[in-house]
Amino acid sequence: MLISEYDDRVARAATTTDAFNAIAEASRRDILVSLTGGEAAVGEIVDRLHLSQPQVSKHLGVLRAVDLVRCRTVGRHRLYRLNGAALRPVHDWIRGFEALWNDRLDRLDDLLTELQQEETP
Amino acid sequence: MTTTGTRHGSAVVTLPSDLEIGITRIFDAPAELVFRAWTTPELVREWWGRESSPLVVCDIDLRVGGGWRYVTREPDGTELAWHGTYLEIDRPWRLVSTEVYEGYPDGEARDTLTLTERDGTTVMSVNVLHSSRENRDGHLSSGMEPGMQHSLDRFEDLLLAQQAPGERAAGGGGAGGAA
Repeated sequence: MLISEYDDRVARAATTTDAFNAIAEASRRDILVSLTGGEAAVGEIVDRLHLSQPQVSKHLGVLRAVDLVRCRTVGRHRLYRLNGAALRPVHDWIRGFEALWNDRLDRLDDLLTELQQEETP
Repeated sequence: MTTTGTRHGSAVVTLPSDLEIGITRIFDAPAELVFRAWTTPELVREWWGRESSPLVVCDIDLRVGGGWRYVTREPDGTELAWHGTYLEIDRPWRLVSTEVYEGYPDGEARDTLTLTERDGTTVMSVNVLHSSRENRDGHLSSGMEPGMQHSLDRFEDLLLAQQAPGERAAGGGGAGGAA
């Protein structure tokens, strides 16, 4: 990584709101995970996570602002659901690191196999 | 051929907290051998660098207080360097060291390698602890090489599993211009 890229990332994180910022908060990650099972109303999320309703509503507001969560109204209820596509930048970013280490550790795996074959001919 | 490759692509990266990175992988080898391959320069050279960016320096002074330094040479000729100091050595179960990427010398991390042997296999776990989330995130960004996407992580499973069938069909592999 170029150091300029690093600086860009840090500067961006401090001044803008995006998926990276949104999932930096543990409660918001919990809300996302709780929505992987399907749509839910605020009250259901409150029950599952033992947070207060104002807290959940506030977090949902942040998640909606970056499109990680979408919402529709059914009768009197607003149902929230996860929008996985908005996680793509986070996903791609972590996957790059994981790919680097998979590559490295696959070679270590091959080396260990070779070494064991040498030791037990 | 032997069983080589059966575990390829199985390393899992997790973010246990805002300051940490976790890397876990199982090897069909005893812990002593994994530890040796991890701490012997001739062996580290075989796996740590890539063909396109070989490890041109690999110094390891394996004693508490001793140092290590790795340098890779990238395809464009740039050299990237990391170094650190060994803090704890409990061969072959545990190795703790500091790690500094020399391009960002203020971001010192603490690496803990833990090996657990079970029925001839070894579970390798690396925990990288940074002093700030910014440094941790910067470290993760160092994996952003293009064209190395042969593994799917758990986030993708989550991402694909929850998408409505219609969205998945429409979005295909692109999953939506979020970049």
